[in-house]
Amino acid sequence: MKQPLLVFNEKGIYCKQADVYIDAWKPVDKCIITHGHADHSRWGHKQYITHTNNVPIIKHRLGEISVAGKAWNEIFTINGVKFSLHPAGHIIASSQVRVEYKGEIWVFTGDFKTEDDGLAEVYEPVKCHTFITECTFGLPAFKWTPQAEVFKDINDWWATNRQEGKTSVLFGYSLGKAQRLLKHLDTSIGKIYTHGAVENMTEVVRSNYNLPETTLITRDTTKEEIKGNIVVAPPSTHGSTWIRKMVPYVTASASGWMTFRGARRRRAIDRGFVLSDHADWEGLLAAIDATGCEKIIATHGYTDIFARYLREELGYDARTEKTQYEEENSETVASAPFSDQKIENEE
Amino acid sequence: MGALGTMKDFAQLIKKLDSTNKTNEKVSALTAYFQNADDKDKLWTIAILSHRRPKRPVNTTLLRLWATEISGIPLWLFEESYHIVGDLAETIALILPTSETHSEKSLSQFVSEIIELRTLTEAEKKQYLHDNWLALNYFERFVFNKILTGSFRIGVSQKLMTRALAKATDIDEDILAYKLMGNWTPETTTYKKLILEHNDEDYLSKPYPFYLAYAVEDNFQENLGSILDWSFEHKWDGIRSQVIIRNDEVFVWSRGEELVTDKYPEFQCFLSEIPNGTVIDGEILPFVEGQIGNFNALQTRIGRKNISKALLKKTPVILNAYDLLEWQGKDIRQMPFSARRKILDKLIQSCNCTEIGLFLSETMNFETWEAAAAERELSREKRSEGLMLKRKDSPYLVGRKKGDWWKWKIDPFTIDAVLTYAMRGHGRRANLYTDYTFALWDEGELVTFAKAYSGLTDAEFRQVDNWIKRNTLERFGPVRSVTPHHVFEIAFEGIAESSRHKSGIATRFPRILRWRKDKPIAEANTLSDLKALIPK
Repeated sequence: MKQPLLVFNEKGIYCKQADVYIDAWKPVDKCIITHGHADHSRWGHKQYITHTNNVPIIKHRLGEISVAGKAWNEIFTINGVKFSLHPAGHIIASSQVRVEYKGEIWVFTGDFKTEDDGLAEVYEPVKCHTFITECTFGLPAFKWTPQAEVFKDINDWWATNRQEGKTSVLFGYSLGKAQRLLKHLDTSIGKIYTHGAVENMTEVVRSNYNLPETTLITRDTTKEEIKGNIVVAPPSTHGSTWIRKMVPYVTASASGWMTFRGARRRRAIDRGFVLSDHADWEGLLAAIDATGCEKIIATHGYTDIFARYLREELGYDARTEKTQYEEENSETVASAPFSDQKIENEE
Repeated sequence: MGALGTMKDFAQLIKKLDSTNKTNEKVSALTAYFQNADDKDKLWTIAILSHRRPKRPVNTTLLRLWATEISGIPLWLFEESYHIVGDLAETIALILPTSETHSEKSLSQFVSEIIELRTLTEAEKKQYLHDNWLALNYFERFVFNKILTGSFRIGVSQKLMTRALAKATDIDEDILAYKLMGNWTPETTTYKKLILEHNDEDYLSKPYPFYLAYAVEDNFQENLGSILDWSFEHKWDGIRSQVIIRNDEVFVWSRGEELVTDKYPEFQCFLSEIPNGTVIDGEILPFVEGQIGNFNALQTRIGRKNISKALLKKTPVILNAYDLLEWQGKDIRQMPFSARRKILDKLIQSCNCTEIGLFLSETMNFETWEAAAAERELSREKRSEGLMLKRKDSPYLVGRKKGDWWKWKIDPFTIDAVLTYAMRGHGRRANLYTDYTFALWDEGELVTFAKAYSGLTDAEFRQVDNWIKRNTLERFGPVRSVTPHHVFEIAFEGIAESSRHKSGIATRFPRILRWRKDKPIAEANTLSDLKALIPK
């Protein structure tokens, strides 16, 4: 039997013909990286290949590494296998990887979303035979509201808090979500302050993307100065001593998981905005349809449920593969730490 | 007045209550609503928040079926989604096609339609739900479903609601708590009648709000003053109840504010011995062959709708009285505990008490804490859960208050068990595996003995959840079996033999005490270790 073009082994997604990995979770010689989040761009590979705009980002995170930058749609051939990167729309500089060998085409999405967020390069449907797709939000319960409406809610929330003399603290992962938030905050309401992790990453991103002015919160920043403004910080600062400087403040989280009331209540966050960098149910199905693929491999997310739906309802040849990308609850894991209070039964 | 009159306003109130963790903000949102809403809507809001919902007009099987038909998804996918979302009303609201419209109908209009719905044909019900689901936006639809399915848990306790109502009406909170007791529904009363007016007839069956005790704190002996100021009793493990004798009628109320008179027909004979205008606070206990039985025996009485003669004979109950709230038609809650008890003791000693199943919870006095502690050690033998401490000069307060009543429970039983199955939680634990099944060794096999879902910190739950997702053996719908690997110390209050349980043992209120990361599964306890704990 013919060896599949891409296989899932103990180190990552592997192309034997080219001896290249994609988003490997253990150190390998040569690795194509879809995007800068820690679970996809791991430490320790000898050689990295990624989109040019992602180069400064992973260098910032991983230090001095050997990395080759590629442009969108630029074909690079390794031992007869043609590789190219295509926008995934997940976060800035996130790619899908197209792999072609002897006329057979596979696409690995990495993480992706189909909505244009005004910052990340817009998702490009790529025709293929086998589509390896994430399905973090692969349930019909997930339906995103257009981002213009979500940002209207976020800015209204900020304006109301300001009127009440409170500081708004908005949590978002320091790479990706934070910049998307910055891009669409209405700076006529007030100033944007940042936590160090967000500020540093944003500085790196600024080399290729246009973002509004931000002010880093330092030891010298006073409470009075921050009051009524908005602070963008990583979720891990929720409940930390750092955040006490913002008193009186209200917190909000922007994530796809905020769809669930339980998720927001569990984190003791005042407000949850449903804003995700992954595709929703309809987005996943539309993306699959646009590829014209025959085979589908569902990786991280609600893989079993999603693959079953594709098989039984839509008639695809769909299966699942295990990866070590943060499973099922990726945003939960990357999100706020849980308080040390005991979970009590409701009421 | 009447400025807030639509379902949209009610949904916005619920959204506000749901989107803050701060009690003060919840109270002020509710107060504002009570100040501005229409009387009918106010009454339904009070009813819904005090768990007086209209009966479910459509069963959940049909709700699921119709929601999936409209959404165009298969039923199995709905079920999978429900297991993950963890709330039926929320799942239905999420999977239905998006709608941005609002309804101008009032809350009370919706509720009367939902009540009316019960009388309609299945086809009419379906049409009604179809039209209304699609006419509401996501959050209104969620609230509508919550009223429909009858499980409104949004972190608003009755106490919090009463406080807001007190602020909005300027009526004393304790008086309001009393007015809100009993089995009224918005169909049998009005806002004016229930809240604003005083009407003697309404008070015939009304119980008083229960006074609830806190558990003793560390070094409590040093903080309670002289031990001579305190009266001691055993803490009985039954059903906390109020028995009311007024106007030649007996009413029995459980602490959950449920009128359970019909479930305890043996108390009808109180009428022959106890005068009208008497309200007794006590504990319903199983009483078999002259001895207080195990709580497990009571389960059969609680669950049954019809109490058969055979059941009455098999599991007779008594009322163990410990307080008197009304005497000769007068509310005596402000009298000192010792004075109330004096009347109660006299009343019960003067009547044919054992005959009618009315017992006295014996009070005890101790001169030293050592003597009290020695009595507490006898609790298990006497089938009690420990001791109650009541300040002799204390009035009978409303709700859970610190200071005058304390419970000093005995330490629970504990056993080390192996985690074998896990299920996703609900509410704020939705999408996290937090409901666990535990097993003990029996001849080389692990036998399930209890389920527990409380006792770990959020951080620990997250760790276990993560581990479960990576160590799943098999999936059965929402349940996963996991590799036996982790040992947990399980605490429980009571233990009895049971034919309904696979292990042959029923435990009462099992919960996780701690995660024994230091123990390999081979060192977990056995079923015979568990059986050895059953009191002889």
